[in-house]
Amino acid sequence: MFYREAGQFKTSYSADEAIFPIDQDRWGVFAILAFAFVVIPLIADEYWLRSILTPFLVFSLAALGLNLLTGYAGQVSLGTAGFMAVGAFAAYNLHIRIPEIPFIIDFVLAGLIAAGVGVLFGLPSLRIKGFYLAVATLAAQFFLEWLFTRVGWFTNYSSSGVITAPPMEMFGFTFESALSRYMLTLSIVAVLALAAKNIVRSETGRSWMAVRDMDIAAEVIGFRLLHTKLLAFAISSFYCGVAGALWAYVYLGTVEPQAFDIFRSFEILFMVIIGGLGSILGSFLGAAFIVLLPLFLNNLAAVFAGETLSAHMLSHLQFIIFGILIIFFLIVEPLGLARLWQILKEKLRLWPFPY
Amino acid sequence: MSLKSQALAVTSAAVVSVGLAWSASADQFIPVTTYDTGPYAVNGQPFMDGFVDYLALLNARDGGINGVKLQWEECETGYKPDRFVECYERMKNSGPTGAAVFNPLGTGLTYAVIDRAPVDKVPVISMGYGRTDATDGRVFPYIFPLVTNYWSQSTAKIKFIGQQMGGMDKLGGLKIANVHHDSAYGKETIPVLAKQSEKYGFEVTHFPVTHPGLDQKATWLQIRQYKPDWVILRGWGVMNQTAIKEAARIGFARDRMVGVWWSCAEQDTVPAGAAAKGYICAGFHGAGTDYGVVQDVLKHVYEAGKGAGPKEAVGTIMWNRGVVNAILSTEGIRTAMGKFGNKAMTGEQVQWGLENLDLSTDYIEQNGWTGLVPALKISCFDHEGGGGVKFQQWNGSGWDQLTDFIETDQSIVRPMIEESAAKYAAEKGITPRDCPG
Repeated sequence: MFYREAGQFKTSYSADEAIFPIDQDRWGVFAILAFAFVVIPLIADEYWLRSILTPFLVFSLAALGLNLLTGYAGQVSLGTAGFMAVGAFAAYNLHIRIPEIPFIIDFVLAGLIAAGVGVLFGLPSLRIKGFYLAVATLAAQFFLEWLFTRVGWFTNYSSSGVITAPPMEMFGFTFESALSRYMLTLSIVAVLALAAKNIVRSETGRSWMAVRDMDIAAEVIGFRLLHTKLLAFAISSFYCGVAGALWAYVYLGTVEPQAFDIFRSFEILFMVIIGGLGSILGSFLGAAFIVLLPLFLNNLAAVFAGETLSAHMLSHLQFIIFGILIIFFLIVEPLGLARLWQILKEKLRLWPFPY
Repeated sequence: MSLKSQALAVTSAAVVSVGLAWSASADQFIPVTTYDTGPYAVNGQPFMDGFVDYLALLNARDGGINGVKLQWEECETGYKPDRFVECYERMKNSGPTGAAVFNPLGTGLTYAVIDRAPVDKVPVISMGYGRTDATDGRVFPYIFPLVTNYWSQSTAKIKFIGQQMGGMDKLGGLKIANVHHDSAYGKETIPVLAKQSEKYGFEVTHFPVTHPGLDQKATWLQIRQYKPDWVILRGWGVMNQTAIKEAARIGFARDRMVGVWWSCAEQDTVPAGAAAKGYICAGFHGAGTDYGVVQDVLKHVYEAGKGAGPKEAVGTIMWNRGVVNAILSTEGIRTAMGKFGNKAMTGEQVQWGLENLDLSTDYIEQNGWTGLVPALKISCFDHEGGGGVKFQQWNGSGWDQLTDFIETDQSIVRPMIEESAAKYAAEKGITPRDCPG
């Protein structure tokens, strides 16, 4: 009843080509955007904006990037954190070497540099597939982390190997407050998520899915494998690079290469798997699960701390509960949280008269 | 409700209830960031137990500081800067007057809040770790690398090696291998070692070990080829015991190894077993329970069944260091109360307190801290305080003190700190404060 498209006729080509062809979806997205842009800034305090929502958005972007590559194009990658590091260090180096460039352009250029590096490490995907490709992208992860730790040029010869993000200034305004940083992140993520939604339903996205489902068949019907796979690596790495730059500039402020270690790559891969492979929404749900749940458990633990349970016990319990929840969701819905939403939509369509 | 909004709702309820619980009384709030999980938990746990036990002692024995009760909340960081930032943001405004002081217990963690602390006006103590040039209080008003920073420690270490060789002039031509954790923490001494090697004419080679440092076979093979006269071990957590075992495997004499004080606890030597016998490392306080304050903790906290950790941990190096850290934090608060009155202090007031901290030998004696806390005098100009470094040797079951406090060489360290701090100030557009002295 609530999610019925009956009576919504498409009478023009542009209606047929709309990103969200169903009214409920379109209004839903507008509602979410309005909530994120208008309501949250009004109700959220500094802690929420700075420490919960901003990291959530940054990781959503990184998960989105990996989802384009793994979920849509079917290329498993363990190099996500490495590409994020490229973005972070590229943005930093662009700033200190060419300070005239506004930081927002730095972010775009950093994304493009990350895309270039992604293409380079995507080359083996033409020959190897599946788990073997995962191992090959692992090389990207380790090589990039090593590069930024070892080669002093990238950290401007900082003795401790830590880079400090410069202030973000544009038209005389400095993005300093939690709110301005949240809005900046949100705008970037919203634009890129919309772009991703568009890419995956375009010819590019269809070619990715064809390659994912069966690359030989895709080649036979005329998709160029080299072009398709490398494009997936490039666009995915662009997203990851921008996410890395945001992580360094907006959230952490100071970054050492260890902030982008292999565990970060795994974390993002888990976001994609738990959220749902091949789903834009899934990237956000997965990031929410992996980023917010530990914080939530940690906050919850603070309530119980004291007489009942020792602090040590609580720290370990958080890990245990988090692990159990991951297993629970994978058993209940192996296709990810996005699939749960899809099922719910189908139920809503028939409710209250299912057959 | 989707999962996300449910989580949001419950979290906000939890946060609000915690907030209400604190704001009910006018107590002093002290945030405790700790790591009970992750590869460094073995060090983080006893440290924070000691920290919390001392706070509990003040509440039980003295009714807090000057009658103001202490309250604290623990937050798990897992030794990760991003988690620490979240803890910092969550707790900086907790309690009636906000967080008094943060103790990150990690160099990378300290770096992550250096820019935030002055904005939020919350002091950060990085006792014996953190960013070395933060010693220059003119540029870093809110960061306090108290007691002794890494560069000072490094000068004491080279002095110790000189003593062992029979004079500083014997250092010329020596080969020293610096085996360090490949992180901000591990790399912090590279510039000062370069300076010292220039001055004394020894050769230093750096051997980075990737986190967490469980596999060091290749590193120690290189060290065997390099044939150093001394090895400086700059590890943390599980890396230390592995290094000691690997040194034994290649037959490198353990009494030619000098560990930094984060490589100098029972957690590092006991797991290495017989291989650790003879291993030398640095410290700025002693081990054991023969201190008035430790006896008080046992009496008032552990006998009442309120100890934060196991009783066996009391008196170990890391536990004692937690107590030292708590003493410095609370003395900063006490000093601030001397100026601003006996009530809960704000972070800004505690910053004043730490900057005017003056622990004399008599005062230390009176409180039963002798051997734990060195005499310190902090000023706006100097956020370190001029502590010394002791060297101790593991005898298989306990620590033998090899030396008394060795003075650090500020003629090397201070100019480097000022140069580095000035560079940072220029990069960040900070105008250094004016400090007398």
